[in-house]
Amino acid sequence: MNAAADGSDVSLLELCDAEVASTSNPGTSSLAGVNWAVQRNDFWVVGGLLGSGKSDLLSTLVGVLPLNSGRLLLDGAEITGRGGPRADAGAQFRTGLVHDGGLLFAHLSVAENVALPLQYHHNVSFADAADRAGAWLEAVGMGGMAELPSTRISRNWAQRASLARACILQPEILLLDNPLTGLDPVHARWWMDFLGQLWTGHPLMAYRRATLIATCDDFSPWWGEGRRFAMLSNGRFRTVVEPISRQELSDCLAANHR
Amino acid sequence: MTDIAARERRSLSIFHWTGREVVRLLGGFRGMLSLGLITLSVLLTQRRRASKVISPLIWREVLRSGVRPVPIVLFLSSLLGLAVIGQTVVFTTRLGAQDYLGTVMVMVVVRELGPMLAALVVLVRAGSESVIELGSARASHEIEAMEAIGIDPIHYWVVPRVLGMALGVFCLTVYAIVAAVLSGYLWAFLQNIPILPGDYFGQLARALHPLDFLALGLKSGILGVTLALLLCYHGLAQPIRREDIPRAAIRALTQGVVLCVLIDAVFLALSRISLDSP
Repeated sequence: MNAAADGSDVSLLELCDAEVASTSNPGTSSLAGVNWAVQRNDFWVVGGLLGSGKSDLLSTLVGVLPLNSGRLLLDGAEITGRGGPRADAGAQFRTGLVHDGGLLFAHLSVAENVALPLQYHHNVSFADAADRAGAWLEAVGMGGMAELPSTRISRNWAQRASLARACILQPEILLLDNPLTGLDPVHARWWMDFLGQLWTGHPLMAYRRATLIATCDDFSPWWGEGRRFAMLSNGRFRTVVEPISRQELSDCLAANHR
Repeated sequence: MTDIAARERRSLSIFHWTGREVVRLLGGFRGMLSLGLITLSVLLTQRRRASKVISPLIWREVLRSGVRPVPIVLFLSSLLGLAVIGQTVVFTTRLGAQDYLGTVMVMVVVRELGPMLAALVVLVRAGSESVIELGSARASHEIEAMEAIGIDPIHYWVVPRVLGMALGVFCLTVYAIVAAVLSGYLWAFLQNIPILPGDYFGQLARALHPLDFLALGLKSGILGVTLALLLCYHGLAQPIRREDIPRAAIRALTQGVVLCVLIDAVFLALSRISLDSP
């Protein structure tokens, strides 16, 4: 059995000398020379100030934004072009993305938003997907909001619905774009607890541990055991290798930005 | 001297403006054509994919463009029937040529105005709604969110519109023609034109050529597909900001009218060629 098939020696997700394209300035790169290996069950927190390329990095990892140069590997296999990590993943996607602000579809209700990936990729009607969507909505504390139009809920709840939508296909890797930004403290605490459950194995994910990659503009709420940190500054990706204190970690974002 | 220079500048700016608009229009048509080809490829390669999601979207589009506008189409086509017969009756009675009422109806309503009326009503009723819906989705980055969950935006947004609108325009065309034909006879009856229903419908049947049915289906289908692509192009296929959506809707409606007239002209030319050929 080779290493790739075994999966033991191979990184789950790897960027090799990658130039991440910029969505705001087409034709340019927001990050260059990115070398990054994500192992199974890692919990990465990538910090960066506004415009540092956090969303572009996640869009690249989910396969929506092709690299300008370099390689993106999933389980050792190179992913090329649009389609990204999902291209060879069959019906069950291996990555899910929670967008900054939720980005729910305005023409659908909350439950329809959550059910849509399941409906589309498993070709089932809404009635058939409603149970699973309902279970996820219950899990994120939105059981009573299923029928509401998605435009009628606040950013706090839209973000949670987006998490349910990203999780309904039970992805192996969950990408979260600034999930705590703009949330009140109660919601922020809920997020940290729930992400902890996903990382250690949630019942709705068949108790399988998810690999998490979250972006943020402030490291302090993310401080925790077993988590790994990286930062984006001046178009570069840097991992935080030294074990440093919560305060040092929080300060390093601003300190590294010139 | 200053006047001449100003006039030259003005005429030059008119040329610039015209040139710029023509180039933009041609660029738009090229973009629409590209969108059409991509849509065709998605339609062919993903025709069985997610049918339980896409089929309801197609029927929603049929409802929006082929069912909801029925009252206004019936009203307008009834007036059209009255106008066509009302104008024709005066001359045909003077010439003793009442036998040609049905022929006139076929020439004017079935071949020309029926499909055109249906397409214009769909454009006005469903067009602005479509551009606003798609433009809002594009402006609020819903397209990126859709791609992130692995849904092809062309498959989800454009394919149902193209199929639904083609079917919708065809249905409305049929309703429009039936209403115009019936209201035409009603007008003839009220004007005491000595023509029996059997004779009137017999004239219609004799004036209709089998190719008319084919041309009618083809024309209404092409009108529906073209309008859908135009609306999707303006709403979805290019980056748009929220404040630009009303302008995009107006541009789509204006270009839609131009395209309907152009398509009608092409069909007219083709029908002349087929009539002239031995």
